[in-house]
Amino acid sequence: MRVALFITCVNDALYPRTGRAVVALLERLGVRVEFPMDQSCCGQPQYNTGYRHETEPLVRRFARAFAGYDHVVTPSGSCAAMVRDNYPRIGARAAAEGRGGGLAGAVAAVAPRTLELTEFLVDVLGVTDVGASYPHTVTYHPTCHGLRALGLGDRPRRLLRAVRGLELVDLPGAEECCGFGGTFAVKNAAVSAAMGADKARHIIGTGAAAVCTVDNSCQTHIGGTLSRLGSTVRPVHLAEILASTEKEPW
Amino acid sequence: MPAFPVAAAEAVGDARLRGNLRHATHTIRDKRARAVAELPDWPELRAAGAAVKDRTLRHLDHYLERLERAVTAAGGHVHWAADAAEANRIVTALVLATGEREVVKVKSMVTQEIGLNAALAEAGIRADETDLAELIVQLGDDLPSHILVPAIHRNRGEIRDIFRDRMADRGRPAPEGLTDDPADLAEAARLHLRRKFLDAKVGVSGANFMVAETGTMVVVESEGNGRMCLTLPETLISVVGIEKVVPTWRDLEIFLQLLPRSSTAERMNPYTSMWTGTTDEDGPRAFHLVLLDNGRSDALADTVGRQALRCIRCSACLNVCPVYERAGGHAYGSAYPGPIGAILTPQLRGVTSELDASLPYASSLCGACYEVCPVAIDIPEVLVHLRERVVRGGEVTVRGTRTVIRPAGGHAAERAAMRAARWVFDHPGVLRAGQRLAARTRRLAPRRRLPGPGRAWTDTRDLPPVPAEPFRDWWRRSRGEGSGR
Ligand code: SF4
Repeated sequence: MRVALFITCVNDALYPRTGRAVVALLERLGVRVEFPMDQSCCGQPQYNTGYRHETEPLVRRFARAFAGYDHVVTPSGSCAAMVRDNYPRIGARAAAEGRGGGLAGAVAAVAPRTLELTEFLVDVLGVTDVGASYPHTVTYHPTCHGLRALGLGDRPRRLLRAVRGLELVDLPGAEECCGFGGTFAVKNAAVSAAMGADKARHIIGTGAAAVCTVDNSCQTHIGGTLSRLGSTVRPVHLAEILASTEKEPW
Repeated sequence: MPAFPVAAAEAVGDARLRGNLRHATHTIRDKRARAVAELPDWPELRAAGAAVKDRTLRHLDHYLERLERAVTAAGGHVHWAADAAEANRIVTALVLATGEREVVKVKSMVTQEIGLNAALAEAGIRADETDLAELIVQLGDDLPSHILVPAIHRNRGEIRDIFRDRMADRGRPAPEGLTDDPADLAEAARLHLRRKFLDAKVGVSGANFMVAETGTMVVVESEGNGRMCLTLPETLISVVGIEKVVPTWRDLEIFLQLLPRSSTAERMNPYTSMWTGTTDEDGPRAFHLVLLDNGRSDALADTVGRQALRCIRCSACLNVCPVYERAGGHAYGSAYPGPIGAILTPQLRGVTSELDASLPYASSLCGACYEVCPVAIDIPEVLVHLRERVVRGGEVTVRGTRTVIRPAGGHAAERAAMRAARWVFDHPGVLRAGQRLAARTRRLAPRRRLPGPGRAWTDTRDLPPVPAEPFRDWWRRSRGEGSGR
């Protein structure tokens, strides 16, 4: 089984810890991961803001960089959803507009194999107990794309429940968007901030020490809001919790 | 109207409005979820509803002609209106021809869309809204802010004040000592409206559906006021968007299940009125159907955007939308607020105004609207599609003619930034150099104040610290250059 790691632009630049956690976790589970150096941003910021044409070269790059792998694993629900939901659309539109160049075919080969980390763990490796230890109270925020576009369901919670020492507490209004939405956070700053503030209030109200997500981008928004409110609740990516063990706390 | 972000920012600051909206939308969304969960075949119903609508839209000309024949055969008159102005002219002329100067109205989105009440007022005709929430909006010189509950932004106390201060201007005044008890408020409205129903000679309505095979108009409602307006007047004038047609009664059955559960969380709506042409000695003696285009066939020409025409105006998407909940309905600047408004309005009106160009961005793309939509409109997909139209322009249909439109103004800097970002992402060497530089100068990076457009972020949110080493560099350092590809 050849497994490639897709580290998103946000992971790479702002949260390399998350990427390193994925590597540590997968290697502990006996998976040898490769990191194709040709990879880059999935193009979601451009695409979601209306710049489909600017996205196309990045889609081509992705399809090229990850061709031939059995699975492409990424610690980002929204980037996995971008590849699975939107790449086929972009391929089809490119073909319809006469810029095919085999893009649709290349995308069809790679998109269905691109998995968010918890899908890979639960569906491909068939594990929910990854031998992790994280002795803290944690609340889980299911990010929108993980929840609705990918349909991760209870996979992340099942993984969390199997972590030694971890106490999982419910988050009220968990399924509501945190208000990030990429450029939405800047274009509609007032509404985005109001959504973030409500989310932060709910998180603080749980009394948890950490709030866990499967997306560093939402984490940036939630963490930035919590920090501005002076809260000590720590935003943490699920991969970092799962990478943590008794011997080596992450 | 200001662009969406400006109007929304103002609404966000209004604590009472936010409280009213939050309470109302959360109550109804929870009830809806329970009502939908009762039906084991909801996903199949939803798919069937979408499929019927799509098929009808693909052959819309055929079904509309069939509808026209059926309505005419049943004794009604069909009028075609290309746009709002034409529809208003037709309705005004029809009312004037009866010699009347007053009409009673059934709650209808489409007459809001075309601004019918104002057009009638200009011709000296008074139109009285009879739906309770529409009445509140009308008496308060206000605009509707929700598809189903137009006065959702008002609480009981505000409604009592509006009734007490304004009812007398439009007929019977509110009773002395009116309280904000719901039963009291409903009774005040009942007394106020009763006289109007009994006196009215002309009724104006929209329709939820038009059945092509028999020419039957279908109006569903909760209060019964609509039925009074449909049956008591001598003349009934119905303005209906062309997308409201369904081919047969069997098709209708699907929507009569989807609509009430999605909108009011009821298994069946309390009043379903069906009206076919005219009948001797029962109901209106004259029935006029005004079929309205007003941008709909242009939307139909767009293969991605046309799914918005499936909408059955249930308002479920509004009730789950976190943006609508904070921004309120007025910020959307049209009869159609919330997620459906954000994709329908820019298709019906185009994206030339600042407001209309801002609507496709009035969403965080969280997908909650798509999840609840009973006819499975992929609202996020259409939003992104329309964003492309805003920033790039391109081929669209305007009043039936293929036209190339220019990008909306004000996006030049963003376009340059997007292109630059894409170029960097497509040149990993450059990207790496940039990341290294950021890592090396990370202690200089601000966490609390960014310049330019970034300020909108740092006004309320801190930035994460820049890490010492990007992931790529760590990988290369610990695994060596050749361990990837
Ligand atoms: S878009 Fe869907 S959910 Fe929204 S009002 Fe229309 S039918 Fe209802």
